[in-house]
Amino acid sequence: MLGKSQKAAHLAEEITDYTVIQGRSLWQDARMRFVRNKAAMASIFILAMIVLFTIIGPYFAVWSNEEIDWNVMGDVRGMGMPSIETGHYFGVDDLGRDLYSRVIQATTTSLLVGLIGAATALIVGTCYGIAAGYIGGRTDGVMMRFVDILLAIPATLIIILLLVVAGRSFFMLFIALGAVGWLTMARIVRGQTLTLKNREFIEAARAAGVSEFTIMYRHILPNLLGVVIVYASLLVPEMILTESFISFLGLGISEPYTSLGRLIAEGAGTMGYGTLWQLMYPLTFYVAIIITMFFIGDGLRDALDPKDR
Amino acid sequence: MLAYSLRRLLIAIPTILLLIVACFFLMHFAPGGPFTSERPLPPQVLANIEARYGLDQPLWKQLWDYLYNIVVHFDFGPSFKFKDRDVNDIIAQGFPISLTYGSLSFLVATAVGVSLGIAAAIKHNSWIDYFAVGLGIAAQALPNFIMGPILILTFTLWLGWLPGGGWHGGQWQYLVMPVIALATSYMGSIARITRSSMLEVLNSNFIRTARAKGLPTRTVIWRHALKPTLLPVVSYLGPVFVYVLTGSVFVDIYFSTGGLGQAYVGSALSRDYAVLLGVTILYGALTVVVNLLTDLAYAWFDPKIRY
Repeated sequence: MLGKSQKAAHLAEEITDYTVIQGRSLWQDARMRFVRNKAAMASIFILAMIVLFTIIGPYFAVWSNEEIDWNVMGDVRGMGMPSIETGHYFGVDDLGRDLYSRVIQATTTSLLVGLIGAATALIVGTCYGIAAGYIGGRTDGVMMRFVDILLAIPATLIIILLLVVAGRSFFMLFIALGAVGWLTMARIVRGQTLTLKNREFIEAARAAGVSEFTIMYRHILPNLLGVVIVYASLLVPEMILTESFISFLGLGISEPYTSLGRLIAEGAGTMGYGTLWQLMYPLTFYVAIIITMFFIGDGLRDALDPKDR
Repeated sequence: MLAYSLRRLLIAIPTILLLIVACFFLMHFAPGGPFTSERPLPPQVLANIEARYGLDQPLWKQLWDYLYNIVVHFDFGPSFKFKDRDVNDIIAQGFPISLTYGSLSFLVATAVGVSLGIAAAIKHNSWIDYFAVGLGIAAQALPNFIMGPILILTFTLWLGWLPGGGWHGGQWQYLVMPVIALATSYMGSIARITRSSMLEVLNSNFIRTARAKGLPTRTVIWRHALKPTLLPVVSYLGPVFVYVLTGSVFVDIYFSTGGLGQAYVGSALSRDYAVLLGVTILYGALTVVVNLLTDLAYAWFDPKIRY
């Protein structure tokens, strides 16, 4: 009688349905969580479109970012507006230079600054943090005190100071951004290393005779990767923000190169004359990049660090 | 607690000294200076000028004098660019202005951010929550140097309600836009931090107990949930202070308030190292002090931390 009811039969079917359950690694798990996050996936799509635009956009440009369109220059407000016919798709800036080419150039700069700055911070910070945490003792104390001291000084002021002292160039900008970005990373990595280094699997590796360097590289580094990636992804927009801020003040990279912060500053300076497109195009790109980066960072955090939700 | 405070203080003092020394050397190894102009000065004149500013002394003597004057007299020396002003004058003129709207925007951002975050957490997954989260993310993507132009565009150029810049002794019309521009971005961060912290607290066991014994929601939130919620916010106040400092550089320039930021960027562009160093050291030292106070407040606030 018991086995006759429909519900029981259904249940029995379910229990006897032996499909082999495949194990999933932590990384597969994380990827699944990330892919399911709609905001993050949409952000990746938008960001990819922006990157694609900076790559193929120049092939459609009629004017380069340095050329001055003398015909338009006298009457930017009347003739410099965005139009297909003149070849200035985004209009021209106050000096008659093509905004389309300049926006592409600026977006490339900002993206590169974010990526290279964050990558420098990631590499330096991770090495430093692992070394400090793993060696421990007095070395750790001295190394972290040094980081604490540097962290106590406002980063933007240090970057401005470095750029003024060593001259404004692309190279110096990356150095300066990297020089302040690695500090927090080193702190986070060191904290994680401290909790990892007394775990059993490290002890086992040491008992098996694995060299100290191999332990750091093989056993500690992979276990740090989640935290490091999450923090690095949050660092990218921060780098872009800082660089734009400095460029806005006119202390960033110099002409003919430009960055979104500089373009926004120029657009903001001329918006009183009714040439709003000079502000709106760079602003749109800027806000799109920053917001998508935030969402991607949040998505990565939810995917790699699920307890933090 | 006292021992902990003393130890933190003992770290803070060498930090500030090291900051001064590091900045001093950066200045000395910089190529060019305020006296290198397109028309080179006769060597005799240059020597006289250098003697006037003490630049002919050996380096260690210069460093010692600089340190001594700052620590003992709180004197940052003369400006290299303005013949009749020293760095102290410039700071005394600009700093009160930056401090006024800086502390105002600090208060506004904390008050609005915390209440927004708490409202969002209490009404989790309601339209208030979505509104607060959306606002928080949008605000974070709109740092001060974006908000400035947007505000001027809206309130000065389109609506014509507020003056586009100036200070006039800090009348309210001149304060509104600097405060909003500076506050928006970290108001968003504070709202997000408060919301996620409050959600975590509301899901914890002691809140369930408080609810289970029949306390009204109002009491549960004010008496039990608020304090642990604010812990991460308190530890975020140090970074907020840094935001306000660096943000004020922009606000001073964009809204022409006459604050310290204008002097700072001006000195950076004209290589007036004395002013540049003075302001950097002042801001660095302030940051160290605020971080110290934040840590102490945190230790006092959190019953779990006992040093």
